[in-house]
Amino acid sequence: MLAVDGLTTRYGAITALHAVSLHVDSGELVALVGPNGAGKTTLLNTVAGLLRPAAGRVTLDGGDVTGKDPATLVDAGLALVPERRRIFRDLTVGENLRLAGITASTAERRQRLGEAKALFPVLDAKWHTSAGYLSGGEAQQLAVARALMSDPRLLLLDEPTLGLAPKLVDVIFELLVTLRGQGRTIVVVEQNARRALELADRGYVLRTGRIVAEGPGAALAARADLFAAFVGVGADLGEEADR
Amino acid sequence: MSTLLQNIVDGLGRGGTYALLALGISLIFGVMHLVNFAHAELITVGAYAAYGLAEADVNWWILAVAIVVSAVVASVAVERVAFRWVRNASPFTMLLTSFAIERLSHALWQVLVSPKKQTFSGPAWAFDTWSVGGIRLELMDLLTIGVTIAVLALTALVFTRTLFGIAVRGAAEDFDAARLMGVRANRVISGAFAYAGFLAGVAAVMILMRSPTAEPTLGADWLLKAVVAAVIGGLGSFSGAVIGGLALGLAEVFLRSYLPAGTPERLTDAFVFALIAVLFIVRPAGLFKVTSAERV
Repeated sequence: MLAVDGLTTRYGAITALHAVSLHVDSGELVALVGPNGAGKTTLLNTVAGLLRPAAGRVTLDGGDVTGKDPATLVDAGLALVPERRRIFRDLTVGENLRLAGITASTAERRQRLGEAKALFPVLDAKWHTSAGYLSGGEAQQLAVARALMSDPRLLLLDEPTLGLAPKLVDVIFELLVTLRGQGRTIVVVEQNARRALELADRGYVLRTGRIVAEGPGAALAARADLFAAFVGVGADLGEEADR
Repeated sequence: MSTLLQNIVDGLGRGGTYALLALGISLIFGVMHLVNFAHAELITVGAYAAYGLAEADVNWWILAVAIVVSAVVASVAVERVAFRWVRNASPFTMLLTSFAIERLSHALWQVLVSPKKQTFSGPAWAFDTWSVGGIRLELMDLLTIGVTIAVLALTALVFTRTLFGIAVRGAAEDFDAARLMGVRANRVISGAFAYAGFLAGVAAVMILMRSPTAEPTLGADWLLKAVVAAVIGGLGSFSGAVIGGLALGLAEVFLRSYLPAGTPERLTDAFVFALIAVLFIVRPAGLFKVTSAERV
């Protein structure tokens, strides 16, 4: 479904990705792990069209989407849940979701809003609340619900458990299982590296902008050498607690 | 008491026009992070459109529609021809571009029409007055207040009920996140310029109803007041722009009323700006703090 071939992305003189290649098959859940600064977020942002690559190619279902505008990629069936959620804090929960369904027809949007309410009851209860008043866990659920409003075939999630309490981390991982059960293709960048790899069909390990290991998720999760050398001792511990 | 009420009516009439202009400036600032110094040129465009049609004896109500339409078209055209090309440039480049458009507008009207004031006939009924309990109510003041309320209500409806309005608010908060939702930058920015043009066009109708003249620098005085009103409210804040505009209008009228008779208008402005300076010492971000405003 997604193929990334020789992708190089630069921030000025600094090269953040060095000719990265990977692929994601339809229906797979793929985990991208690695230490801070490995280029995981840069990779997702480049695939989603927020950054223009200096070299390389991104194809979605065989079509070249390299450097396309994010809105075009949404039309093509891709959605990104960005790092730190980036929900619209001044909009209500309902407005966030309506906006996220901007590419859908009125009937489709209405149907998906209903689905979002069913899948995320906590959001339904806070429909008219400004998103800025949501807790970390609620905000993360809103970020995922927002991405689902375009009914994407490929869902990219960047650090979906960042800043969440352990209990809420469980909720997000359960959500990943649910979404995979719906047949969605998922790429997840996750600091809870071991847990993400155990859940994933396959995984890639990035370090300083290069892929240094790949394989079945469970096999990568079992490699102690990777965690010691690349991911770091505390990498599969939860981040700071939710507020 | 009657002086107080009279000043409130006069101040709201003047402040309503500032509010409409300031709202347009805040709207463009929200989506582009640009203080558009060419915004008030839309008043000039409307004035010359009205002047051209008035020469052909066209009815005032058609003139009013033409003023609004010409401002919308000019606003969208300026975005398409000028601002779109510098959207990713530095804020300074965009600011210079807006100054260049303002200067170019002045020069073009001087060359194409005349450097002199062109007067045309406005609606005579605008100066009709009624006296109620010692307060002299001028029809144009009541109309300005009424139209301002109606347009602000419409604006509130557009920005809370329609997808376009929600997209503009979302884009003003985080443009990249909006693009990730499928919002197309060109469409939302063009739409914002069109709406800002509509607001400027309505303001121009109110201004020209009071003083039906077209001159190349007509927009300049209004621009300064509108930018100040937007800054008072907190640049990027829609409700702040409205309150800033109304506050500025009221401050002007009250100062003019209580300063000694014969005080020149420019000196009254100096007192108003002194008050604004004090406000910024107390609240540097304006009355309403805007948490985020992203550029594309």
